[in-house]
Amino acid sequence: MNKHQNHIQDLAEIRSMMERSSKFMSLSGLSGALAGIYALAGVFLAYTMYDFNPTEIISSKSIFEVSGVVVIALLVLVFSVSSAVYLSYRKATSKGENIWNATSRRLLLNVSIPLLAGAGLSLVLFLKGIDGLIPSVTLLFYGVALYSAGIFSYREIKVLGIIQVILGLLAAYFVSYALILWALGFGIAHIIYGTYIHIRHER
Amino acid sequence: MNISFDDLHKAFESRIRLGIMSALAVNDFLDFNALKEFLDATDGNLATHIKKLEQLGFVDSKKSFVDNKPNTKYQITKEGKTAFEDHLKVLETIINSQK
Repeated sequence: MNKHQNHIQDLAEIRSMMERSSKFMSLSGLSGALAGIYALAGVFLAYTMYDFNPTEIISSKSIFEVSGVVVIALLVLVFSVSSAVYLSYRKATSKGENIWNATSRRLLLNVSIPLLAGAGLSLVLFLKGIDGLIPSVTLLFYGVALYSAGIFSYREIKVLGIIQVILGLLAAYFVSYALILWALGFGIAHIIYGTYIHIRHER
Repeated sequence: MNISFDDLHKAFESRIRLGIMSALAVNDFLDFNALKEFLDATDGNLATHIKKLEQLGFVDSKKSFVDNKPNTKYQITKEGKTAFEDHLKVLETIINSQK
């Protein structure tokens, strides 16, 4: 009987070690929901303060008119990333884990390649005045990044990634709805995902 | 029952060795510090167990330098993977047969 218990225990530890050593499970769900709230606030500000709502692929506005929107977007990014780092740090520490370990490094590396590609393309579109495609491009590349994040962390992230890709494609076709689709993806989808992870894995 | 406890591989009797094999089974390679963190083991203890697995031919190591500090990367060998998978099968069979 004792031996039997031992074998079950062995299998449980093998499974747990396989997961712990290949996936970063301290990624905070709460920070995902917060990122969604920042994104919605950002869209609201861009729309009300700068009347930003592209209807055509080629922008009718000058770079200077749009640069306020870029500042808002960068602020949303900074707030989201710092919330994610801080809350994940707290989550990892409370589990006695190090936030900077083999799994978090791998997660970051795999996510950063598509993100940098998307950021680069967005910058080019911005400089060429093709603003109308930026919501689509950010959604698409972010979706791809999330899909690979799902391999190295919570599997649910893959679903979030696929949703962003679909919204990104729609935003490319229906440019006049791009801002709403962006708010759906970066805002609402994030809030739903974050709340789900928080309820499911963090309580 | 034709599978006995004797079929359980002696090499995997230790939880630490089992942990090392589990971690290496799902990673292309891991360095000493990563293994140490996952297993929550001391340097000496971990080194002894890794050496044992290397002697059995289940684990391979590659030494290199990162920022002028020696860094050893470990990976599971083909034999190691087979032995580990067989061990898992035996464990499962025993557990299922005693249900």
